Amino acid sequence: MPSAVPVSWYLILSAILFGLGVAGFLFRRNIITVFMSIELMLNAVNLSLVAFSYQHNQTDGHIFSFFVMVVAAAEAAVGLAIILTVFKNRSTLAIDDVSSLKN
Amino acid sequence: MDAILFLIFAAIAVGCAINLVVQTHPISSALSLIGVMLALAVLYLLLGAEFLAAAQIIVYAGAIMVLFVFVIMLLNAGAEQRVNRAQFAKFLGVPALIGFLGVVSFLIQTLMPNTKDVVFGAFRNGTAEAVGRKLFTEYLLPFEVTSLLILIAILGAVVLARKEI
Repeated sequence: MPSAVPVSWYLILSAILFGLGVAGFLFRRNIITVFMSIELMLNAVNLSLVAFSYQHNQTDGHIFSFFVMVVAAAEAAVGLAIILTVFKNRSTLAIDDVSSLKN
Repeated sequence: MDAILFLIFAAIAVGCAINLVVQTHPISSALSLIGVMLALAVLYLLLGAEFLAAAQIIVYAGAIMVLFVFVIMLLNAGAEQRVNRAQFAKFLGVPALIGFLGVVSFLIQTLMPNTKDVVFGAFRNGTAEAVGRKLFTEYLLPFEVTSLLILIAILGAVVLARKEI
């Protein structure tokens, strides 16, 4: 076994996590789980930003990653407030039942 | 040693991510997501991103996931019901996902054949000092705009969570 792994392995791990996040986003029916899948995708992107930062020996990737974290925090606050409001009005968390914008 | 640590924590991250997608109860998914975030924090440390590893644990695993668990408990969310489309997803979606990930991995390996080896301690620009210096000089304007974003998010959350809507 090699003593160190190349940066591309981190990128592949990031791609796998992102793909799993997409799968959760598409397959799950619970609105909170869908929301957590989005967080998983954001985390995967953060990992690839940090890996690229290592590759180019610069700090910029960390700064982008930091901003992604801040946006994720803001998004979580607003999104969970929206989920609370939806649940208050419809008493359901299944995204199939929340489809009034469709027709 | 670095390779072993990477493999262990990558396996934990992928396993927890699969568990997140597979579990039907939101609390199980939330705990799996915390596992993913902790494993990613260790990987950040391996990549030399000390500050981000700490921020990952404090902001993501500490703040955001507490919010998620709080909302799950508040809404008393139960396990979701199975629908017929789940079978369709299993037979078409899983092979499509695996094929897609195979193609992406192949592309990464062919387009970037000689990336650096990740050695713990080789990257020294990820300390709080380096990140802070960059954040408060070169990225000062985005940093200040971020405060506006957070202010708007607070206002949005308060307005949305009011009783009248």
